[in-house]
Amino acid sequence: MSTAELMDFDEAIEKFEPVLGFEVHVELGTATKMFSAAPNGFGDEPNTNVSPVCLGLPGSLPVVNEQAVRYSISLGLALGCSIAESSSFARKNYFYPDLAKNYQISQYDEPIAFEGEVEVELSDGSIRRIPIERAHMEEDAGKLTHVGTSGRIQGADHSLVDYNRAGVPLVEIVTHPIFGAGALAPEIAKAYVATIRDIVISLGISEARMERGNLRCDANVSLRPWGQEKLGTRTETKNVNSMRSVERAVRYEIRRQAAILEAGGTITQETRHWHEDTGTTSAGRPKSDADDYRYFPEPDLLPVVPSAELIDELRAALPEPPAARRRRLKTEWGFTDLEFQDVQNGGLVSEVAATIAAGASPAAARKWWTGEITRLANARGAEPTSLVAPESVAELTALVDEGTLTDKLARQVLEGVIDGEGTPAEVVDTRGLAVVSDDGALIAAIDDALAAQPDVLQKIKDGKVQAAGAIIGAVMKAMRGQADAARVRELILERATE
Amino acid sequence: MGEITALTAAELSERLATGEISSVEATRAHLDRISAVEGDVHAFLHVSDHALDVAADIDARRSSGEELGPIAGVPLAIKDVLVTTDMPSTSGSRILEGYMSPFDATTVERSRAAGLVPLGKTNMDEFAMGSSTEHSAFGPTHNPWDLERIPGGSGGGSAAAVAAFEAPLALGSDTGGSIRQPAHVTGTVGVKPTYGAVSRYGAIALASSLDQVGPVARTVLDAGLLQDAVQGHDPRDSTSLTDAWPSMADAARAGARGEGVKGLKIGVISDLTGAGIQEGVSTRFREALDTLEANGAEIVEVSAPHFEYAVAAYYLILPAEASSNLARFDSVRFGLRVTPESGGTVEQVMAASREAGFGPEVKRRIILGTYALSAGYYDAYYGSAQKVRTLIQRDFANAFSHVDVLASPSAPTTAFRFGEKLDDPMAMYLNDVTTIPANLAGVPGISVPVGLAPEDGLPVGIQFMAPAREDARLYQVGASLEALLESEWGHTLMSQAPQLGGKH
Repeated sequence: MSTAELMDFDEAIEKFEPVLGFEVHVELGTATKMFSAAPNGFGDEPNTNVSPVCLGLPGSLPVVNEQAVRYSISLGLALGCSIAESSSFARKNYFYPDLAKNYQISQYDEPIAFEGEVEVELSDGSIRRIPIERAHMEEDAGKLTHVGTSGRIQGADHSLVDYNRAGVPLVEIVTHPIFGAGALAPEIAKAYVATIRDIVISLGISEARMERGNLRCDANVSLRPWGQEKLGTRTETKNVNSMRSVERAVRYEIRRQAAILEAGGTITQETRHWHEDTGTTSAGRPKSDADDYRYFPEPDLLPVVPSAELIDELRAALPEPPAARRRRLKTEWGFTDLEFQDVQNGGLVSEVAATIAAGASPAAARKWWTGEITRLANARGAEPTSLVAPESVAELTALVDEGTLTDKLARQVLEGVIDGEGTPAEVVDTRGLAVVSDDGALIAAIDDALAAQPDVLQKIKDGKVQAAGAIIGAVMKAMRGQADAARVRELILERATE
Repeated sequence: MGEITALTAAELSERLATGEISSVEATRAHLDRISAVEGDVHAFLHVSDHALDVAADIDARRSSGEELGPIAGVPLAIKDVLVTTDMPSTSGSRILEGYMSPFDATTVERSRAAGLVPLGKTNMDEFAMGSSTEHSAFGPTHNPWDLERIPGGSGGGSAAAVAAFEAPLALGSDTGGSIRQPAHVTGTVGVKPTYGAVSRYGAIALASSLDQVGPVARTVLDAGLLQDAVQGHDPRDSTSLTDAWPSMADAARAGARGEGVKGLKIGVISDLTGAGIQEGVSTRFREALDTLEANGAEIVEVSAPHFEYAVAAYYLILPAEASSNLARFDSVRFGLRVTPESGGTVEQVMAASREAGFGPEVKRRIILGTYALSAGYYDAYYGSAQKVRTLIQRDFANAFSHVDVLASPSAPTTAFRFGEKLDDPMAMYLNDVTTIPANLAGVPGISVPVGLAPEDGLPVGIQFMAPAREDARLYQVGASLEALLESEWGHTLMSQAPQLGGKH
């Protein structure tokens, strides 16, 4: 779609009020699947983490994973929801080859958690309250790979199905419509997803790695003329899998819909695909409220009736709410408002916390995450959190602190880690990047440089110590950057004045 | 028919225990019988090629002094709805022809653990949809009492195998009468246990909220011995009850001694004894009640006003659940795959496979169920049917507040002829009018033979139903009646069955 069909964002917001809604799917990090004892793992050989239940074999029956129920209740409580005294499963019937039984076991009219509220903090420090309609449990589908030129099911030569993901426990968090976002709509979208991610991580119920699909966001956007009560027709942009993309997708849909409405057109109610590379959405399948999934109560499962004791136990074990946590961390870490917002806006609070927990200083952790890692992520069009583990960042800062690496070398090591060459220590070894701390080697290089530039040597001897810069440059070049410049300067002055 | 195959499971067990007969001998006798009569009966879809090895293993364990269960070494027929690792499991459908399951149904696993010797897999209406086995994709089973007639359904294969002395015991499944109605028309005993008493894991699902696995045998005691072997909690079936169950065999033995008849209050469901019941069925039913009354039971009429809606509700709930349960048969992971000549998309392959793999009755019920669950119709159909279900449960609760057990004819008619109801699904469905209420309410039911209808000389059964979890009460009452009738007649009913073994 060309930009001619988009309205300028500010103009769009001037004319229309955007109304948002989100469905966020969280894959729970349980040991086994939602309804079977098959392992819940990522990245294994296709169709190895499967059992008769997740393959839908004749005669197999589902059994609810109690840990998944506990995780779901914890998440519901953290979202400020009420927990249903009795909640039940239902079958959502539709044929698709990644859905082994051709129905998904989900929750329909009796979700485990309902009516809550999440506070999100925007970049200016203001707080927005996002109303939560429900959070319900369900099972994930398998994964299709379409082999052929298009990469989509249409036009594919054939398709491969991997059922490793089939039956992985999910919680789907559904918001009520979000009004009054105005020009902040894209930022609110991003901040909401970042907050859900922080909550999930602090609960320890999911790795929440968006690039792996642990956390997936469907963004609903509709526009209506300011002052109009009736909601506009919405689109649902599916599987927007980074916080940055959520922001971009919402912004794009506002501009696209505004252009259509302004030209007198109508919005088609449909799902839309997000294209990371072009930053655009395209039409998926038409969707109406009458989509018929023939829901009915799942007869193979009993209702989930959590005891009051269990709910109390899980409530007592909840981590502190995000806002309180932010206040505490800011004080603990000694960050300025601006420094903390930098971390917050990057969606990096959990990463910085984990890096500090792994031994880094708060300042170093912040510097790496909001600096070099974010820069590399932007360059690669990826999410910083997807590039490197907090433990690796902590290891990197330790190597700098102990003098094994300079900042410059550390940046090279980071790239190696991101490119999958191993842990920081391994990258230092294989790339031979450690600082040369052997004075003998440095002195030899210094003597060579001084001999090559006798005029500079004379200037130093005459007391013009700033002339040493030329020799430092030559030595660093000779050492391929793997030397500590301050030590080199010290040694030059020693040698020159001997 | 040889002497060994004429034995009941209880009698055979005693002789196995004393060493008078080995399991290999017992198994060989039944395999020989199968060879002799299968040409007439066609009760089996598959006969095990290693039953003798299993029997030899049991014999070896027994002779090494191992403590074996009460029915170890007794041959068993298994309805093809139950999945088995060593024999194909088709549920009577072309779409699963040759399908090998990687796991055993819990009931099969427990049967093996009890030392039973699986002889083979028995014929059934496709996916257990039917009352005659005429809907089997692999041809019908014939009633041993009259080979021109149906053996009941869907478990006609299990009932016929037991009635034809091809096996002393069989496992069946009962969604709306598929154990009890075949027992009725073949002169055998069939029990649908309380919903949740026996695991459904590994039973290819028809309607999950109604399906229950249960025993088929020639005596009440034998049925009790088999239920003892397979009942009890299974963590793989979430609807399985955690109760500790008493021995059903002990209950049957107590009943055979005459315990419990005196003072027993039997409620005759007036709504299931009036119009539509064949005269000879009514006659034998009333005579059986007279016998019980003469021995001290009290017979009272009870009304269950909502039973008249049971068939209608059942034929909404069952197709709805079945339409969803059968969605997995799409050719993607297992089963028949048909690719249209032009190639085709995955949807087209799924459609072609289901078109070719499912028979007409299965398609009819998938369409019914899909419709009943559709948006805009759900409340009127599925929703209303669930309300009727609740009302029927209340009818049972009301009745059981006055009486110990309820009684009705097990089915409205004796065995009908092949083809008689094939073109009239409604007539076929109404054959289940007496058995369906127990499934809708989850209560247990038993069918016990009470003689032959005077007009056609075909077997008739009486059905008793008890409150949920009171399966033992049914075994006791059933065994009491069985003993009283056999002493009146001076013989067992099955001893009157025609000799078979002509065709090969």
